[in-house]
Amino acid sequence: MLSENKKTLTNLTVPILSVVLGLVLGALIMLGFGYDPIAGYQSMINGALGSPFYIGETLRYASPLIIIGLGFSIANSAGFFNIGLSGQALMGWLVSVWVAISFPDVSGLILLPVSVIAGVLAGAIWAGIAGVLRAYFGTSEVIITIMLNYTALHVTNYLIRNVLTESSDATARIPEQASLRMDWLSQLAGGSRVNAGLFIAIVVTILVWIFMTKTTMGYEIRSVGMNPFASQYAGMNAKKNIILSMFISGGLAGLGGVLEGMGTFNNIFVQAGIPNIGFDGMAVALLGLSHPLGIVFSGLLFAMLKIGGASMPLGSGVPTEVVDIVIASIIFFVGANYLIRFFINKFSGKKDVKGGVK
Amino acid sequence: MDIVSLLQLVVSSALMYSAPLILTALGGTFSERSGIVNVGLEGIMVIGAFSSIVFNLSFAGQFGDLTPWVGMIVGGLFGVVFSLIHAVATINLRADHIISGTVVNLMAPALAIFLTRILYDGRGQTDFISENFGIADVPLLVDIPIIGDIFFDNTYLPAFFGIIVAVLCWFVLFKTRFGLRLRSVGEHPQAADTLGINVYAMKYAGVMISGLLGGMGGAVQAQLISSQFAATTIAGQGFMAMAAMIFGKWNPLGAMGAAIFFGLAQSLAVTGSYIPVINTIPSVFLDIAPYVITIVVLVGVIGRSEGPAANGVTYIKSK
Repeated sequence: MLSENKKTLTNLTVPILSVVLGLVLGALIMLGFGYDPIAGYQSMINGALGSPFYIGETLRYASPLIIIGLGFSIANSAGFFNIGLSGQALMGWLVSVWVAISFPDVSGLILLPVSVIAGVLAGAIWAGIAGVLRAYFGTSEVIITIMLNYTALHVTNYLIRNVLTESSDATARIPEQASLRMDWLSQLAGGSRVNAGLFIAIVVTILVWIFMTKTTMGYEIRSVGMNPFASQYAGMNAKKNIILSMFISGGLAGLGGVLEGMGTFNNIFVQAGIPNIGFDGMAVALLGLSHPLGIVFSGLLFAMLKIGGASMPLGSGVPTEVVDIVIASIIFFVGANYLIRFFINKFSGKKDVKGGVK
Repeated sequence: MDIVSLLQLVVSSALMYSAPLILTALGGTFSERSGIVNVGLEGIMVIGAFSSIVFNLSFAGQFGDLTPWVGMIVGGLFGVVFSLIHAVATINLRADHIISGTVVNLMAPALAIFLTRILYDGRGQTDFISENFGIADVPLLVDIPIIGDIFFDNTYLPAFFGIIVAVLCWFVLFKTRFGLRLRSVGEHPQAADTLGINVYAMKYAGVMISGLLGGMGGAVQAQLISSQFAATTIAGQGFMAMAAMIFGKWNPLGAMGAAIFFGLAQSLAVTGSYIPVINTIPSVFLDIAPYVITIVVLVGVIGRSEGPAANGVTYIKSK
């Protein structure tokens, strides 16, 4: 029991220390280039939480991050590394907007859910390709999903320019009744773009937690991740679970994209590169240790960093890229947690150091 | 347009797009042959592109025509330094290779744009460079009739440099003691260790060579194609180089061939409108060709592609 408690403590220490070390590194960089780190972080916090508008924007940004992070965590529990969240989110974004603008006269009661589901399915199928190839051909899901990221990017840009519009770089806005925007919520948050995606994120978090801990399917996915051979002997269908976990993972990434399309932007436009939101969602899941509650916290933290970071140049003259450096270093420390564990064990006098690799 | 000048256009633009891919794909080959998966090639290219452009803008007066070539070396050296993040994280700190590579990809553009803002009055992109690699003829070979006109006239020298480096890399990897050791570490580190090979040193060498060649690749991309540094200078070339490495079955010559092929696909998406038949194909098919082909190769439809046996596995030396 005591060692159990100690293990949880070490597990929590890693992400917390990683965040602290990341912020300290950011401060050192600011100091090194002649900026005032206190003013920098102050303007960041102001820009993230300083007014109802900023709080609304932070929550708006956190919603898809949390959903995409949950998506990463499900594939990760099954032992897969879904690095293609960006492409899956883009497919979800594209298809949901496409469906919504194709039927401008349909009632919102039908159009809204149909568009959302279409986007989710698009993301799920995009990830499902990698799942099927992994299950039947043993190909690395990492490489396949990377390749699918760029395939999604070029396909999306082509469709926007040639099919959804006549060589324009952005589509028309989706019909009013299909939007996830809620006027009362927007007004409450000082006119920010926060939308129903916030409630979707809350519901999805609870559903994922129930799915992973309370259902047979979730249990099977976790056991396949822990020991594929043992679960096969126990009569679980490995192929089914591989495909299922990638399918759900991609569906959630697609839902994240839907939130961008039908909540934040209300259209889709040509992308210069694969959207960052997928990699940020992955970072959220890594910092949240793939636990739903951890993902909610780290999603909120990263949204604060990102939205607050946008106010740093105006508030304190610090380039906004500092927050991206901070995020990257946080993930570095989480990934290289062997370093932190090594020191924790050294100070607590334990000799046995377990590696950072699963 | 007559057939010779049409072919000349196709070949030279294919070589232009493939030059950065060749170098970076070769870099990836060394890293993965030593057992370290490097999805951070994209980030390494960003650092190479950024540092070479800063060098080019600062020292064009001193080095004249040689500036882009020296800039390429500078980009390579900064690539080595930056790749050490990946090396330390994966080799010593036992981090997951994909996570560490992702950190490299997240860190590089953030750091490079941050420094760009500091160096150039808060702007997110640099000025255009004055000393570009530019167009040149390959000496001697250009005098061969017809072939010289198509392949060696008004072309891009970094691509030929890449081809020479590829042959050199093949020799190093398959014909030298160092290459044998590097490969053995990627296939079976325990056995290599038992035979007295310094596994960690070999892995460091693999990652650092990938930093050198990836940085040079980024520098070529910046100084040959975009002529400046901005957030969009490196947009997926690192991942495409990784695809070329896989398509080339982790062999330097294969990687080079795949990189030229991918360069051709990229260039046809741009120059294809001049060419009969090609101009009827929607450009999106050419854009996605490198990625789709790589998936097809991995699945095994046209000759299975399999990486080194111990690729991506952290080696922990037992006491």
